[in-house]
Amino acid sequence: MNQVDARGYSCPEPVLMTKNALKNGTPLVVLVDNETPLQNVRRFAANNGYQVTWKEVGEDYELTITK
Amino acid sequence: MTKVREHLPVILAGLVVGIASVVLVALGNPVNMGFCIACFLRDIAGGVGLHQAPIVQYIRPEIIGLVLGALIMALAGKEFKVRGGSSPMTRFVLGFCVMVGALMFLGCPLRMVIRLGGGDGNAILGLIGFIIGIFVGTLFLKKGFSLKKSQPQPKIEGLLMPAVGVGLLTLVIAAPAFIFFSTEGPGSMRAPIAAALVVGLVVGAIAQRSRLCMAGGIRDAMMLRDFHLLMGFVAIFVAVLVGNLIVGAMGLKGGFTPGFAGQAVAHTDGLWNLLGMVLVGLGSVLLGGCPLRQLILSGSGNSDSSVAVLGMVVGAAFCHNFGLASSTDGPSFAGKVAVIIGLVLVCVIGVGNTKKA
Repeated sequence: MNQVDARGYSCPEPVLMTKNALKNGTPLVVLVDNETPLQNVRRFAANNGYQVTWKEVGEDYELTITK
Repeated sequence: MTKVREHLPVILAGLVVGIASVVLVALGNPVNMGFCIACFLRDIAGGVGLHQAPIVQYIRPEIIGLVLGALIMALAGKEFKVRGGSSPMTRFVLGFCVMVGALMFLGCPLRMVIRLGGGDGNAILGLIGFIIGIFVGTLFLKKGFSLKKSQPQPKIEGLLMPAVGVGLLTLVIAAPAFIFFSTEGPGSMRAPIAAALVVGLVVGAIAQRSRLCMAGGIRDAMMLRDFHLLMGFVAIFVAVLVGNLIVGAMGLKGGFTPGFAGQAVAHTDGLWNLLGMVLVGLGSVLLGGCPLRQLILSGSGNSDSSVAVLGMVVGAAFCHNFGLASSTDGPSFAGKVAVIIGLVLVCVIGVGNTKKA
C-alpha cells in the first residue's frame, strides 16, 4: 500500500509529500497530526480530481485518497 | 472543484481583519497600521526596553490578543496539540531575518496589504518583492526543503507563549515605571487597551480557525494552483479599501490617500521596499507562514513558531539598536547591508536544508 507519514511536518510539506506520492498511484494513505494539513491535503486531492475519505486515529488523522 | 462553502471562513476572516485594522486606526493606531505584526512586535521589544528608540515603545495589546485568541479557539476546537523541536535555531534566525526585511519596508505582509488599501503606492513595490521572495521560496520547497519533523511536547511547552502574553498584558495595564511608553511617534498612537485587546482576541480566534496566511496564499497559488488562502488576502485588501473610503468620507482618522510621497510611516525608496519584502517573502515561506501565522501558531501549541516569534522580537531590537530599521526619510546604509546579509543567510539556510528528492 502506498503510504505517506506526514506527521510532524509543517505546511505545505504534507501537501507536497502527498503530491509526490500520488505519482506512484492510488490508493494512497496519508497520516497527518493536526487539522491544518488535514484540510490542506483534502483540498489538494479534491482540487485534483481525487476522492478523499478520512478518519481520526488516536491523536492523528488518516486520509485515504483514491482516484 | 472545491465548494464555495469551504472558502467562506477564510474570506470572512480576511474581511474581519481588514475592518478591524480600519477601526483600530480610527480609535488611535497609526495610519495604515491598524494591524502590523512586525511593527507591533517591534513596539513590544521597545516597551520592555530591549531597544531604546523612543518613538516605537509600547506593549501592544493587539499582539497579546492574537496569541490568546488563537489559544482559546484552539482549545475550543480541540486543536491545541503541542509540538516543537523542528530546527528551532534555524527558525529563530529566519524570524530574525524576516524582521530585518520587514523593518526595511516598514511593515509585515499584513501591513503591506493594509498600506495598499490605504492608497500607499510604495506597498506595490513591497508586494512585487514579496511575490519574488515567495517564488524563490517555492523553488527551495520543490527541491525538497524541509525543517524536519516536530515532535509532541508536554502541554506546558505550548502554554508558555500565551503565559508570556498574560505577563505582558499585566505589565501594560499596571504600567510600572520600568516599562516604556512612547510619548511621540507611532508608539504613542494607540487605540484604548481594552479595544485593542478585544480586537486582537477576535482576529486571533478567526485567524486560527481559518488558517489565514499572507505568504501561504501566494505560495499555494503558485505551487499548487490552490487559491483558497489567497482569497483571504484579497478580502483584507477589499475590506481595508472600502473601510478607508468610508472613514475618509466620515472625516475620521485614516482614509484612502493614493500616492507615493508623504504616506504614513513609509518611505519612497522603491528598490529597498522591494528587497526588504523579498527577504520577508522568502523567510516566511521557509518558516511555513507569514508573521501573523507564526503568532497564531504560537498560541495554538506550536513552540517552533514561538521560537520564530522570539527571533522576530530580537531582530526588531537589533534593528533599532544598530540603526538597521528604515525611517520615513528612507533606509539606512546599515539597514541595506543587513538586508543583503539576511538574503544570503536565508539562501544558505535554504540550501542547507534541501535534500535531493
